[in-house]
Amino acid sequence: MNRHLISAADLSRDDSLLILDTAEELASIADRPIKKLPTLRGRTVVNLFFEDSTRTRISFEAAAKRLSADVINFSAKGSSVAKGESLKDTALTLEAMGADAVVIRHGASGAAHRLARWVRGTVVNAGDGTHEHPTQALLDAFTIRRRLLGIERARGQGLDGMRVTIVGDVLHSRVARSNVLLLSTLGAHVTLAAPPTLLPLAVGSWPCGVSYDLDSELPKSDAVMMLRVQQERMTAAYFPSVREYSRRYGLDATRMTRLPDHAIVMHPGPMNRGVEIAAEVADSPRSTIVEQVANGVTVRMAVLYLLLGGAELPAVTQ
Amino acid sequence: MTNNPVNNRVNDPDNKAAHWLIRGVTITTGPDDRAPTDLLLRDGVITETGPKLTAPGAQVLDAHGLIALPGLVDLHTHLREPGREDAETVETGTAAAALGGYTAVHAMANTEPVADTAGVVEQIWRLGRTAGHADVQPVGAVTVGLNGRQLAELGAMADSAAHVRVFSDDGKCVADPLLMRRALEYVKAFDGVIAQHAQDPRLTEGAQLNEGEMSGRLGLAGWPAVAEEGIVARDCLLAAHVGSALHICHVSTAGSVEIIRWAKSKGWPVTAEVTPHHLLLTDELAAGYDPVYKVNPPLRTAADVAELRRALADGTIDCVATDHAPHPVEAKETEWAEAAWGMIGLETALRVVHKAMVETGLLDWAGVADRMSARPARIGRLARHGLPLSQGVPASLTLYDPGAPAELISSSGASKSRNTPFAGMELPGRVVATFLRGTPTVLDGKLASA
Repeated sequence: MNRHLISAADLSRDDSLLILDTAEELASIADRPIKKLPTLRGRTVVNLFFEDSTRTRISFEAAAKRLSADVINFSAKGSSVAKGESLKDTALTLEAMGADAVVIRHGASGAAHRLARWVRGTVVNAGDGTHEHPTQALLDAFTIRRRLLGIERARGQGLDGMRVTIVGDVLHSRVARSNVLLLSTLGAHVTLAAPPTLLPLAVGSWPCGVSYDLDSELPKSDAVMMLRVQQERMTAAYFPSVREYSRRYGLDATRMTRLPDHAIVMHPGPMNRGVEIAAEVADSPRSTIVEQVANGVTVRMAVLYLLLGGAELPAVTQ
Repeated sequence: MTNNPVNNRVNDPDNKAAHWLIRGVTITTGPDDRAPTDLLLRDGVITETGPKLTAPGAQVLDAHGLIALPGLVDLHTHLREPGREDAETVETGTAAAALGGYTAVHAMANTEPVADTAGVVEQIWRLGRTAGHADVQPVGAVTVGLNGRQLAELGAMADSAAHVRVFSDDGKCVADPLLMRRALEYVKAFDGVIAQHAQDPRLTEGAQLNEGEMSGRLGLAGWPAVAEEGIVARDCLLAAHVGSALHICHVSTAGSVEIIRWAKSKGWPVTAEVTPHHLLLTDELAAGYDPVYKVNPPLRTAADVAELRRALADGTIDCVATDHAPHPVEAKETEWAEAAWGMIGLETALRVVHKAMVETGLLDWAGVADRMSARPARIGRLARHGLPLSQGVPASLTLYDPGAPAELISSSGASKSRNTPFAGMELPGRVVATFLRGTPTVLDGKLASA
């Protein structure tokens, strides 16, 4: 496995399965009264967040703390970054403080790539602009595998033959990019369903199918992943109105009935209820949205553990 | 004997003589005349050509194995002075030009203050005269402050000591079709040309990289080819309509080539340039998000590169222009979206053309002389540059060693800035000497004044 996790493309099928299987082992800890492991004791993980994302930051923080790492939260707001310090100087500062891993969330695509050139430690991409968010894809894959295969049968398995439909603003979605790469590496058939304006021009070269018609894709889907749609896209003429978007690409209760019985509904959060997903859908038994949050901590523990080469997992297996 | 054999070519290390005898050089401007000849440079002109010339007291430069090109002319250079002397000055930029074989550069108008008045263009022109490494021909802005709303005093700049004939808002597009029409019409009065930076602003809001497979994969906002081609088509039609000279800066797409070829087939007064980097590099290089590859217009695809090369070879694209765009280190050591646009290129241009056009058999050296000297001089209205090397013409010329082994390009040169995309690449050939009106600006690959 690479020293950094910047793109889902960095992960081979074996790498991906190792992370997911490690996460399965770690998941059993979450059920114990004491959730903490000593494996990263004395290691320092910096959460370097240039964008507000409380959910992702807390998830990484919880993951690092459950592995006993020291966690430093570095938020750009109110820091030297807000006063114009460059990413490079911030990187050198963290380097001087001895960060073993830097978890970076940044509004610019490629920020994690750049950071990896300037620090010696491990870089974990927690979302860079409209590029990638690989740990989100890993937690999504973990969630799909658990729900569709069952916890008992999940270990060691890929997602071979599973059909996953990703719906919405693919063009601006780091979640979609990482998921297309990772899920296809794991053997799933991914289809993107979106208005043509919200698909990259050269999406034909991606390892997935494309459809403009959500209704025709739903009956074929084992999992459907709704992407958050930002209302400001409307002013840039990506679609005429939020209502029209919602009518054509939103998942409401009626549309949900087109799904096969076993199919699950996913959302990376935060949701716009009533826009891309109706409240009845978000709160239905098909919805994995709360599970995804819990799985996020587990999968990020696995990533930090494997990248930082922590001590052996002590007796977690049994 | 010596560990620097090339230095041995010159018999007087002081370089003080008023005249030079260049021995055994191959002149490339005529397709038939390939036999090595001697050139005698005296009082700023070539006074004699032919074999076995004698000139008592002349400095002798042994040029066997070298080719002589008329001094190169760049239609598109950013010298950054006044205003951004941290990135480049007229002194350092023209030094880089001389080392690249150039004897004249057109200094783009996007300085601070903008070169939109007679005063600023005269200042830049004087700075060029003082530096002395190459002639500096200022380009005037089309609109006041490059604002795209009000025409700058084009006539005043034309009448000034700087004698401006090329006008451009380069860095920005003259997007307003009415303003573009008026600018084209207005400069007819003094044989001017409008050099357009073709980029539809609405189609490129937030754009970062050629729109295609790479931009989609990297999550960088796309800069679509159509944003260039739409403006190129519109401006060709405008130039035809008003019968005035249009020059298209840094053509980057196969589609633009097709439109320009069509416009030329109609006999319309349209010329075009291509940069060295668009002849060699593709958007694949952005994969690591290193902003040294961030340039405007962006690097395109291999298919575009192939078509640009063909167009330069068949003359659809008239010339190579560097778009030398220096930036300080910190402007490039950032996230991609934050980084400044542009690459430096004066010192490597001829070698890139050697690799992309000559080694591929698309252009011979006479063709290189035409595309890098004669035609840009004609488009830029520089009557004393780009002339075939024969008796009586100004002795502005470049001696190039096409047989020099390819060597790794380093990022440090005479330019103040280091943002070269060619660092770490191997490029063939070597500029051995540059003469500006009989005076060497470069000897043995080094600045003559240094």
